[in-house]
Amino acid sequence: MELSTKTEEPLRIVSVREPRIDAAVAIEFKDAMRARTEDGPNVVVLDLSQVQFIDSSGLGAIVSVMKTMSSQRQLVLAGLTPTVEKVFRLTRMDTVFRVFVTLEGALATLRT
Amino acid sequence: MTITHLPPFDITLKSGSLAVREALRHLLERLGPLELDIEEAGTVELVLAEALNNIVEHAYRAPEAAGPICIRCSHKKDGLHLRIRDRGLSMPDGPLADGGPARTEMISGDLPEGGFGWFLIRDLAKDVQYRRVGIENRLDLRLAVAMNATRGGSVHELRP
Repeated sequence: MELSTKTEEPLRIVSVREPRIDAAVAIEFKDAMRARTEDGPNVVVLDLSQVQFIDSSGLGAIVSVMKTMSSQRQLVLAGLTPTVEKVFRLTRMDTVFRVFVTLEGALATLRT
Repeated sequence: MTITHLPPFDITLKSGSLAVREALRHLLERLGPLELDIEEAGTVELVLAEALNNIVEHAYRAPEAAGPICIRCSHKKDGLHLRIRDRGLSMPDGPLADGGPARTEMISGDLPEGGFGWFLIRDLAKDVQYRRVGIENRLDLRLAVAMNATRGGSVHELRP
């Protein structure tokens, strides 16, 4: 699971460098995300702009990552492609996470 | 307007999460002539991924029990008809009967990490029917995509 991490106070940006977060990689994704979000800024932006497909296992993994973060911390999603956006919308998980259309938009809003 | 009609085809795989990926890729390739838009292709991939993952994770739960999964895809006037068969454990009562919307009203500590799969299938697919036939699980469903014939125009048969 290739993730790239960048810290730009007050944010940590984690970009998923894979086309899919599905059942085949959900556990790997969850572990990798936990390792990248254990410390650092309170707001973590998960950049999904390269992810073309997510299934319910991938969605569950993202929810699980959010749940393991302490209550002062926040997991924000950015750059949802059409099918990924559909999964979040249909399961109403788009109301649980703060979702930004683009990474740039997320950064512009969250930096201020 | 000439419209492509795909003859029915089968895709068979051996249960496993990487095999599911491969089968989805293969299926979308076979549907290429229908020129599904990104929305329709996403629906097909999502529903099939959930149905197949369910078989891998539940019907063939034990790793040593991994068995065959067969997908039959028929393109009809009212969309794509899929029949997915496996020889694993039967599905307990329930998933098709309930599986209501994800419960976002719950506080985040109690958010579900699973159970979204059947919800997505029920939401995106039509005429979902599960039956146990002998040693076989049979899941039938319809996806309301590529419904060319209902838009009028002649149907052009593609010979295999």
